[in-house]
Amino acid sequence: MMADSGPKEVAVIGNTELTSAELDNNIINTMVEIEKGTSLLRKMEISVAEAEKRTGKNTVNMQEIYTVYLIETRPVDALTEGITPDSLWRRYSEFELLRNYLLVTYPFVVVAPLPEKRAEIVWHKLSADNMDPDFVERRRVGLENFLHRVASHPVLCNDNIFYIFLTEDKDWKEMVYETGFQAKADSRLKAVNAAFRVKNPDGRFTELKHYSDELQTVLSQLLRVRARVADRLYGVYKVHGNYGRVFSEWSAIEKEMGDGLQSAGHHMDAYAASVDDILEEEEHYADQLKEYLFYTDALRAVCRKHELTQFELEMVALDLACKKQQKEELVTGTVRTFSLKGMTSKLFGQETAEQREAKLQVLEQQLKEGEEAVKEKNTETDEFVKTAWVDIERFKDQKDRDLKEALISYAVMQISMCKKGIQVWTNAKECFNKM
Amino acid sequence: MSRTIDAVVSPTQTNTIPADISGQMLDLDEDDDLEVFSKDLTLADGNMFNASMPTSPGSMVNQCKFEEDEESDSKDIFITVDNPESHVTAIETFITYRVLTKTTRSEFDNSEYEVRRRYQDFLWLKGKLEDAHSTLIVHPLPEKFVVKGMVERFNGDFIETRRKALHKFLNRVADHPILSCSEDFKVFLSAQAWELTTYKKQGPGFLSRMGETVRAVANSVRGVKNRPEEFTAIQEYVEDFSNKIGSLDKVTQRIVKEQKEYLEELKEYGPTYTLWSGSEEELAEQLKGVAGCIERCCKETEEQVGHLSDTLVPVLHEYVLCAETLKAVLRRRDNIQAEFEAKNEALATKKVDRDAESSDLGFVWGSLLGKNPEEARHQRQERLDGEIEELKEEIDKLEDRVEWANNALKGDWGRWQRSMRGDLKSAFLSTAEKNVDYYEKCLAVWETFLLSQRTEPSEETDRDNTP
Repeated sequence: MMADSGPKEVAVIGNTELTSAELDNNIINTMVEIEKGTSLLRKMEISVAEAEKRTGKNTVNMQEIYTVYLIETRPVDALTEGITPDSLWRRYSEFELLRNYLLVTYPFVVVAPLPEKRAEIVWHKLSADNMDPDFVERRRVGLENFLHRVASHPVLCNDNIFYIFLTEDKDWKEMVYETGFQAKADSRLKAVNAAFRVKNPDGRFTELKHYSDELQTVLSQLLRVRARVADRLYGVYKVHGNYGRVFSEWSAIEKEMGDGLQSAGHHMDAYAASVDDILEEEEHYADQLKEYLFYTDALRAVCRKHELTQFELEMVALDLACKKQQKEELVTGTVRTFSLKGMTSKLFGQETAEQREAKLQVLEQQLKEGEEAVKEKNTETDEFVKTAWVDIERFKDQKDRDLKEALISYAVMQISMCKKGIQVWTNAKECFNKM
Repeated sequence: MSRTIDAVVSPTQTNTIPADISGQMLDLDEDDDLEVFSKDLTLADGNMFNASMPTSPGSMVNQCKFEEDEESDSKDIFITVDNPESHVTAIETFITYRVLTKTTRSEFDNSEYEVRRRYQDFLWLKGKLEDAHSTLIVHPLPEKFVVKGMVERFNGDFIETRRKALHKFLNRVADHPILSCSEDFKVFLSAQAWELTTYKKQGPGFLSRMGETVRAVANSVRGVKNRPEEFTAIQEYVEDFSNKIGSLDKVTQRIVKEQKEYLEELKEYGPTYTLWSGSEEELAEQLKGVAGCIERCCKETEEQVGHLSDTLVPVLHEYVLCAETLKAVLRRRDNIQAEFEAKNEALATKKVDRDAESSDLGFVWGSLLGKNPEEARHQRQERLDGEIEELKEEIDKLEDRVEWANNALKGDWGRWQRSMRGDLKSAFLSTAEKNVDYYEKCLAVWETFLLSQRTEPSEETDRDNTP
């Protein structure tokens, strides 16, 4: 067990071919790290500080406007607090590339999602325009959150590509491509095929898949209804603004009631205006839920990987069983299964002893290789299940903590809204009393 | 017969009548009221005042106290409208309301009356009151037809809204120092159904009503020339008020609509948390808690909308109708003045006529009739003099009428403004109070939830603990 306390660049510098042993090591190391409290986030302040618009040529050589985000990093060190942070600009597509790389490289990790590419579940006041400053701002926060999630993940925080993403401007893209991760990516077709045909997946993964589907459905619905509720609430508050206007006009023609009406009108205006802040806060809550909505994709990805490895194991095991049977048939001379060879030998005569011997040798070799393959696949599958399940437990705890907090903050928001309402209407009541 | 017209608000006449005479006036009520029906309607306004007792000490006290609680000591008549019932006949179906009156007023034979009245009867009463007092402000009745929002006449909400408005109408009439003395009002409250029908049939026929309407139209076409400044000011105010109250009515109805739609969505929101709790272990309790909070807030929202619909909406609507009433009252006052002005103009013309040295005309006229010119002229002079005298008498009466109408309106105007302020202030106050109450209740719901969360062993305080 390596008790390494230096920056964790081990095993991943430009090389992503992790053997299972190395993987094991990583897990052990990072567990040590957790105990020591030295995840990257602890050592480094990371923030996505700003967003800016740029123009440039895209892949088909057309002018486009895109947004770039400023990533600032600074070592967490009492002495360096005065020092300006290092910074570089990245666009959303680069974040996507990073995430894809992480997904492929660490298939057993539930990788944090990115914020929405396009604003999808919105209520009417928020525009669905990617250029809208509110949307860009919320995306900035989401990207920062993503980086924090990765930087505090026991496994991912050690990844060199991630580190360079944060710290080096030039040639990062080339480096990512050089890792060859794209070749390692499992094809979607393969994964779907495996999902259908796998016979004995680990029950926990099947359950997890169901859970992630349920969570996705439930959260989508919840977010949609919440957006509609927000819309309606906006309407209620804003219409009260009309009271402000009419009271003000009416106060001009009244003598005794004038003052009371005028000031009541101001409170109605304040009431109408207060909804903007209320709903902006709620949007933050919705973003927290959205993160977990998008997390369900990552959960499903891990389940798919399990199904794939399990399926490959089953295929290899099946192949081995087949070969074993073939050998048996060859040795005993019985033909239990139909084979072309069997038929032709029946028709055209038995093979010679030499021919049989040669075949047997080949089969023996194949059997050896097959057994190796099965052993390997078994280890691979077991490793995967083990490491994946560690991360899934970590994710579950994180989810429970985060969502508990989110629900509490939602209650706090509602309380704040009620208090504002009480204040406004108490004030209005005072004014009406003076009428 | 001319009586001293005593009006509380008349600036030129005495304001008080000794109690013993006021008693006499009370006794004469009945006779005078009956007279109203047989006389020419143009003088009805003036005569009506003879039958009133606006200056008895009791009513003076009432006048001073009308802005206070209706349970003031001097209130001597209590009316309730309740118990709507449906009646089905071969021809139609209609609703009657029970009208219960308790009174100590001496012009009533009994101290308690219970009768059933339908909407038509209320319409009749209002019409009679307005005919008799064209420049007093009569509180509006709920509308005849439903404008929007509801489909049936017999819908429960509609009937209840109408009942409340009818109740308010009768109580406003009862509170009015002049209107409450109306014989029609008394009959309305006390007569049995068949008695009322008979009573309604008396009174000026269709044709004389037509005459009044035609004259009114003619006057309004002519227009008033020298409207006193204060009435112009009132008219401008009424225009503005009408706009503002109309806007408020619309805004409030819009708020109700938005609030109802908000409630609909909110009702679907809570269940999504319950659904979610079904998939979770650690979070299940908390999610169900949130769902429960949202549900309770739904109930509070429903109550709040109900209150808005029951309290603020009807009052604003009433005052929209009031604004129309005020416009009509101002028009009628203008018409009375216009008629007076017209007659004055006629008099002036006649005088010019008489004074004109139109001997030629006289000669021609006379010679045609075979008279001598001197006689003809003399006759003509006499004729014109007679006509001028008649006109002068009519003008005197009309002048009185204008004066009386103006004073009635001025007095009632102050009264109406105070009522309006009281009604609207109380309605807005009630709304604000209900809204505070609504937010306080919702606050309690969420605070209770938060408390339940914080007393549990909190897992979120130490995020760095390994699970």
